[in-house]
Amino acid sequence: MPKTDSLQGSLDLLVLKILSRRRRLHGYAIMAAIASTSGEVLRAEEGSLYPALYRMEEAGWIRAEWIKKDSGRRARIYELTAAGKKQLGAEESRWQSVSLAINRVLREA
Amino acid sequence: MSLWSRLSNAVFAERLNREIDEELQSHIEEAIASGRDPQEARRAFGCALHTREASHSIRVVGWLESLLSDISFGWRQLCRNKVTSAAAVLSLALGIGSCVAAFRLIDALLWRPLPISGSSRLYFLSRKLTGLEGKPIEDGYWATPDFNLMRDAAKDQADLIAISDADRTDITWSTDDDMEKAHVVYASGNMFPLFGLGPALGRLLAPADDRAPYAVLSWDYWNHRFGRDPHVLGRSVHIGDQTFEIVGIGPRDFIGTEKGTVTDIFLPLSVNRLATRENVQWHRSFLILKPGVSPATALEPLRQHLSAVSRAFELECSTCLRGMTPATIERYLNKTLVFHPAGAGISDLQKDYRRSLAILGLLAALVLLIACVNVSNMMTAQAAARAQEMALRISIGAGRRRLVQLILCQSALLAFFASVLGAFFAAWSAPFVLSLINPPDNPARLVLSADWRVLLFAFGLILLVVLLLGLLPALRASAVRPVAALKGGEDPHSPRRLMRGAIAVQVAFCCLVLFLSSLFVASFQRLQNRPLGFSTDRLLLLETVAGKGQLPVVWNQTAEALRALPGIDSVAIASWPLLGRIRINSEISINGAPPSPTPAWFLPVSPGCLSTMKISLVSGRDFRPDDTSPGAAIVNETFVNTYFPGQDPIGHTFKRGANEPINTIVAVTPDVPYSDLREPSRPVFYLPLAQIDDKSAPSVVDFATFIIHTDAQNPLAMSDSLRLLIAQRHNGLRVSNITTQLDLVRNQTIRERLIAMLAAFFAAVALLLAGIGLYAVLNYSVLQRRREIGIRMAIGSTRAGIVRIVTLDVFLMIALGGCAGVALGFGAARYVESLFYQVKATDADMIASPTCAILLTALVATLPAVLRALRTDPTEILRAQ
Repeated sequence: MPKTDSLQGSLDLLVLKILSRRRRLHGYAIMAAIASTSGEVLRAEEGSLYPALYRMEEAGWIRAEWIKKDSGRRARIYELTAAGKKQLGAEESRWQSVSLAINRVLREA
Repeated sequence: MSLWSRLSNAVFAERLNREIDEELQSHIEEAIASGRDPQEARRAFGCALHTREASHSIRVVGWLESLLSDISFGWRQLCRNKVTSAAAVLSLALGIGSCVAAFRLIDALLWRPLPISGSSRLYFLSRKLTGLEGKPIEDGYWATPDFNLMRDAAKDQADLIAISDADRTDITWSTDDDMEKAHVVYASGNMFPLFGLGPALGRLLAPADDRAPYAVLSWDYWNHRFGRDPHVLGRSVHIGDQTFEIVGIGPRDFIGTEKGTVTDIFLPLSVNRLATRENVQWHRSFLILKPGVSPATALEPLRQHLSAVSRAFELECSTCLRGMTPATIERYLNKTLVFHPAGAGISDLQKDYRRSLAILGLLAALVLLIACVNVSNMMTAQAAARAQEMALRISIGAGRRRLVQLILCQSALLAFFASVLGAFFAAWSAPFVLSLINPPDNPARLVLSADWRVLLFAFGLILLVVLLLGLLPALRASAVRPVAALKGGEDPHSPRRLMRGAIAVQVAFCCLVLFLSSLFVASFQRLQNRPLGFSTDRLLLLETVAGKGQLPVVWNQTAEALRALPGIDSVAIASWPLLGRIRINSEISINGAPPSPTPAWFLPVSPGCLSTMKISLVSGRDFRPDDTSPGAAIVNETFVNTYFPGQDPIGHTFKRGANEPINTIVAVTPDVPYSDLREPSRPVFYLPLAQIDDKSAPSVVDFATFIIHTDAQNPLAMSDSLRLLIAQRHNGLRVSNITTQLDLVRNQTIRERLIAMLAAFFAAVALLLAGIGLYAVLNYSVLQRRREIGIRMAIGSTRAGIVRIVTLDVFLMIALGGCAGVALGFGAARYVESLFYQVKATDADMIASPTCAILLTALVATLPAVLRALRTDPTEILRAQ
């Protein structure tokens, strides 16, 4: 099964950014937000979204809690921590410099 | 979150899986709710199991989870073989417990530093010189004037501290009738400040108190004698004719420098009358380097300096060398001063028990090793049985590391249960053994705390056990080649080769334990059954003191009064009992010649004393009431052989030194042990108790022992009434201690009895374990080879042939191990030769008895396996295969 690797290395950045704008989202909402804000261009695979969420949770960038939905089922919602905000800043500036560099290469070539 | 949650997730792995599943499920439901096609949403989600695995491994501590599952798997393995596991745990617990107990005793007595500041800078001073019998001896006691000179000479680099041994002394708190015993220590006033000790109450002795009538109680004594009553300060304690005021209580954990004895009362050094005597060496001398002085450079010059000072003192000392022959003076002055580290204290108990405890530690360690080999064999057999399982695990991708971990977990579980049980065993056995070390009325006391030293040792021991148990089977199991094992055809001999090697090791250790214990048991038996030459039957000893001394006539009247009591057969008086603590020697000069190089030991006795003790006379007569000392003397046969070889000594005379009065020999007795059961017979002479001085006036007697032969079987039954009778006479005589001659003889063999008892115990355990091990290995080997045995039987092998192939290699291993064990035994026996009595390691019966025991055990242990082999039914086996 071929995987869309378009988000390789930038999934963390996208998730942190989404969570910094809108607090308390569950996994599906995060996925949907990535899709809608990118104009349906970027798509986070479920198979990599959840491991990434857990990894960031273990790293302390986001925190999770269980809430009761109207349907009676439980959902796990995520929000950004202070450490996550700092990480977002770092990721953003890293992304800026990388994309700048890539653009420069594309122009030169 | 992070680490803690990952740890708890590892423990509750199932709960974590449920949570992940729930979240993924809710994701799909959201997708459907937002209008996506359920089929499409599920397909887009991909493999849920894969996502769960990936998420799970992020959220747990991986190694912990696998460890936990290995532990639970190991636990199930142990539960499957309950009897074997229980036996393994019990034998390991016994081994670990014994080792830890031995360590606690050795550490407490020999290694643990005293609870003082600067214990690493503390040394004690002793002198090496040639003893009376030409053997090198070490003398650790000093005369106070000599000590004072050395203290002044060393004062720039070090401080010298004088501390006497804790003597069990008669003390009185209120009236004269209430005498009790306490361990009294005389210490120079600088001891407490230099040791950095502070009082628990009041104040401690200071250098200025050196002559003051002050006493300091130890915290321990204050606690058990006075229940920590603060009003004890200011009270008076009477010792002899001196009175001391209690000024303070020592710190809680300081119980003196003599390991094995707890000091009760500290007194200033110079209040002891011996402190002014130039020729009485009575206290130990410690040296504590000043802070900042390097031991490497300062000690040797200091030693030479002090040695010169002490030698000058002895040369100048007018009374030290009086009456000595030039040869004795030469020997006496030719000595070397040595410093020994004394951070762990110094006591006779340490000297007496160093080797015994080392041997007990060795025996305990060997028993543990034997137990380890047993359990390791058991696990090898189990691992061999699980070879197919291991092969399967490797085939489906388990790492070798993980397999090693699996087996090590099982051995760690065994070791864990064993160490819990062993801890209880050690907690009970160390104080129990300690209580057997000294006579019951004056037990040895040590601080046996279970602190980090003991815990560290136990932890290291357990780690070692885990590795010993598990490493070999683990490596073997992980080296399984899956293809061969799954085909069922891996070399069936390889685990047996390993186990046979283990049998050899086990037999070697077992043989060593048996060999050493047979030496100790034989030593003890020979010592206990040694002919005494006197009777201990129904002999009560009243050790009696008379404060300022009483004339012999008073002592005789008291003896007369005792004799008049019903139930008393005869009463005699000796200055001190045979085989007690007191031994005094004297020079012997024959026919006016200079004293001979060999001294003789003596004992003043009343008429009838020898017959009360059932010491026969070879020739001559007993003392008569009008005999006095000097005047008459009775000598033993060694005395005759030493000084009058080949002559009839009756009527001959000798002097106790060149210018002393003459003693005439009136009788000869057989040799009896004088002060030590172990030593060869010494020249001994008996003198009349009635002594006269230069002007023929009778001299007073300060202390003596009434030797009472009672009618009753238990002489101690009369002790209270006799003590009361003597007190009621009000003639200055007071009973200080009551014992029996039998107890004095028994006290001589305490150490030998203790070692023999423990060694026999270890030998029995070792033999049992070795037997079990042998049985298990042989049984396993017969099971493994039943195909081969069946084929051999089918093609006509005789029963003898079957027995031979089953047992030959095992007995070969036993022989090999036995030889190695005896060889090790010779080496070990040389180290403890000094503990043996009339026993040599090379005696034939000392080697024969362990060998027979091993062979017998081996026969019994192999019998079931041999029978099983012989009962093999070839048709059945061949059909089953």
